[in-house]
Amino acid sequence: MQRVRPRVRVPRTAAAGEVITIKTLISHPMESGQRKDDDGNIIPRRIINRFTCEFNGETVVDVALEPAISTNPYFEFEAKVPESGEFKFTWYDDNGEVYELSKAIEVK
Amino acid sequence: FALMPHQLRAAQEEGVAAFTGGVEPKEGDITLNAPEIAENGNTVPISVDAPGAEEVMVFALGNPSPDVVKFKFGRLAGSHTASTRIRLAKTQNVVAVAKMPDGSFVKTQKEVKVTIGGCGG
Repeated sequence: MQRVRPRVRVPRTAAAGEVITIKTLISHPMESGQRKDDDGNIIPRRIINRFTCEFNGETVVDVALEPAISTNPYFEFEAKVPESGEFKFTWYDDNGEVYELSKAIEVK
Repeated sequence: FALMPHQLRAAQEEGVAAFTGGVEPKEGDITLNAPEIAENGNTVPISVDAPGAEEVMVFALGNPSPDVVKFKFGRLAGSHTASTRIRLAKTQNVVAVAKMPDGSFVKTQKEVKVTIGGCGG
């Protein structure tokens, strides 16, 4: 099985109050629970079921994912940056694992 | 085992109704971008934009399970816009429904023609 690896793209700096674009991608099979293996057995579902982005503890987006999200879930959205701080990204796997990534941004 | 057409429609409407709590969504200020033709149903780029919405949910009415994704926008959302990539089993209508702060719902839909379906083995 491929390794789960989260990646995000966030600018390093912004002006106070600026709206920035964030892109995120996580390598993940997003096994839908609909597919069968060669012997006709259903391959159990295993997806990322939730993704969140916070800035200094405040929610930017909170996303609920269903099996209809493609392999290697990708999200692009916008965030308001009121001050310098840290974006925290969290992905929740059906198998209980949680993947986290943080990115600092400086307001100039 | 196959769902009869009326059962299928019921299942689709249930997904939307579960999100709206039974409130009928109106046409309104919501945009759904999706390709007219998707050659590969395994990865179809979509984006939604619903100014002022608290939440936006996307449904693929022709998929085995119509729920696709739900975006909840927080105080620091820079817009009520989001993009992702979805799976579509066949040619079908993709629907986006937004929950507004006053408790009303708006929706829009777009037909996507799928050349190779994206849910099977």
